[in-house]
Amino acid sequence: MVKRTLMTGNDAVGEGAIRAGCDAYYGYPITPQNELTAYMATHMPRLNRVFIQAESEIAAINMVFGSVVAGKRAMTSSSSPGISLKQEGISNLAAAELPAVIVNVMRGGPGIGNIAPSQSDYFQAVKGGGHGDYRLPVLAPSSVQESHDLTIDAFSLADRYRTPVMILTDGRIGQMMEPLRLHTRPIPAPPPKPWALTGAKGRKSIFVRSLMLNNGDLEQHNIHLQAKFKKMAAAEVRFEETAIDDCDLLLVAYGTSARVAKSALEEARRTGLRVGLLRPITLWPFPSERIAARSSRCRAVLCVEMSAGQMVEDVRLAVNGRTPVHFEGRMGGAVPEARDVFRAIQKILSPSRKKSKP
Amino acid sequence: MSESNDSSNRKWLYRKPRALSDTPMHYCPGCGHAIVHKLLAEVIDQLDIQEETVGVAPVGCAVLAYFYIRCDISEAAHGRAAAVATGIKRVLPGRIVFAYQGDGDLAAIGMGETIHAANRGENITVIFVNNAVYGMTGGQMAPTTLTGQKTVTCPQGRDPETMGPPIRMCELINTLDRPYYISRVALDGPAGVRRARKALTTAFTAQIEGRGYSFVEILSPCPIYQRCKPVEALKFVRERMAADFPVRVFRADGKST
Repeated sequence: MVKRTLMTGNDAVGEGAIRAGCDAYYGYPITPQNELTAYMATHMPRLNRVFIQAESEIAAINMVFGSVVAGKRAMTSSSSPGISLKQEGISNLAAAELPAVIVNVMRGGPGIGNIAPSQSDYFQAVKGGGHGDYRLPVLAPSSVQESHDLTIDAFSLADRYRTPVMILTDGRIGQMMEPLRLHTRPIPAPPPKPWALTGAKGRKSIFVRSLMLNNGDLEQHNIHLQAKFKKMAAAEVRFEETAIDDCDLLLVAYGTSARVAKSALEEARRTGLRVGLLRPITLWPFPSERIAARSSRCRAVLCVEMSAGQMVEDVRLAVNGRTPVHFEGRMGGAVPEARDVFRAIQKILSPSRKKSKP
Repeated sequence: MSESNDSSNRKWLYRKPRALSDTPMHYCPGCGHAIVHKLLAEVIDQLDIQEETVGVAPVGCAVLAYFYIRCDISEAAHGRAAAVATGIKRVLPGRIVFAYQGDGDLAAIGMGETIHAANRGENITVIFVNNAVYGMTGGQMAPTTLTGQKTVTCPQGRDPETMGPPIRMCELINTLDRPYYISRVALDGPAGVRRARKALTTAFTAQIEGRGYSFVEILSPCPIYQRCKPVEALKFVRERMAADFPVRVFRADGKST
């Protein structure tokens, strides 16, 4: 039975976590993710699961650390400045190979910024974020439905690879309401966790650490981690393509920007311009190979973001100079308008107009 | 393991606790951590909780506690042991969970986590080894460094005018409603060591009985960074530290004493 309801993106993440078997949620108030914390405060205790409003974002991520080191599924959520505070904890989770889900409902930055939707935490999310050499899967929903579905996927991804996973969404998707088909299929049981600290009953005591002082140990651990990241990068790339087969111009955008880009694409198609859209669903691993292949058949690539241009750097790396890559974006909590993206498309594709800046 | 061979009915006057591993400790001569580890292992044996205990090791001198204590142990980021312990205990309420922390970890960077875990009355045991100085990083001023005490970051001695006076954690936690047991002991000699063991037993027993948060502060020698010989360090603990940090039970059975 498909159960349909109407929800905000933030609530959809919360309900996804609950249906994924999240045992513990730890949050701290920050706009625009507060609905999620409130949702968990209402629903987790009813299910006899753990909810704590922590004393800080730092405490929250470390409570997550405690619950996942004990073998349970746990999640925390925040928005940009709060995610900065969690970075040490995320680095520790990655180093200690602990599965956890972290939700960033991005707002405008830098600094305290504002509470409007933004995508300016892309670098922080996909390049590591905290200290040390590590990566974590970053899932970017562009609808309420996807906020729900990707949260469920995030928990199994986290367990499969023993890694923190980030849901990277933004204030607009978090706060808007859309129809939602709730996930009703049974969730597969988490894999066995022989590494979990549950008390040394019937076995030797074990420990979980990220400190490795002995000469060479940390290098070996890094080699092991990098091999795992490579495995994830090969197996977990996800994206969605729209009107891609004949396009002269390839749009690349994720999250809210992808919705705007899609509107611009429709407008462009109506005027006969052949435009396609590649929407990365995983920002790490990034669909580099697909973008490289697609862009080689296009005249130009246009990246749309709510930032000064962050993902565009990964797009340029993928395209590797074979096709001109353009950028259209707004900053500081501003959302690009479809007509501006459409004009940018026209400028790039129409030879009669002045060439846009690369 | 030598203890596995003792199937005879021989009475033992003394033996190493089962919960203490054979790994040689890295602690400096005269350091209190080795004593606290042994006491902790003795209490784990005595209460027969080794198989259900999960510990949290700090960042600081005791970061390698998992090599020495034979129970499941997690590291925690600097100062976050109480939050990690909270996260463990809430999902495994039947396990015995302790956080083992030093003064920098617990009272400086981890002050927020310490106070809020205590205020929530988490049913965990926090073992606070206070030696009035940062050890692992090389003898810097701790939040509990005594007024006038010299460290590498207060080479002229701690000046309360610019650095504030030492923070008293038992007294601070005793202002909160929810903690069940709060005690300060001092490793200043055999009697102090026995009192420390008793305090740890009381704290773990309270947790086993589900009574809530227990906090044991252990004033501890650090001859290297207290800048004295091991025997003088015991005197430093007994005379100078105990003067600023009164050794007593602050709360028993959930009531202030």
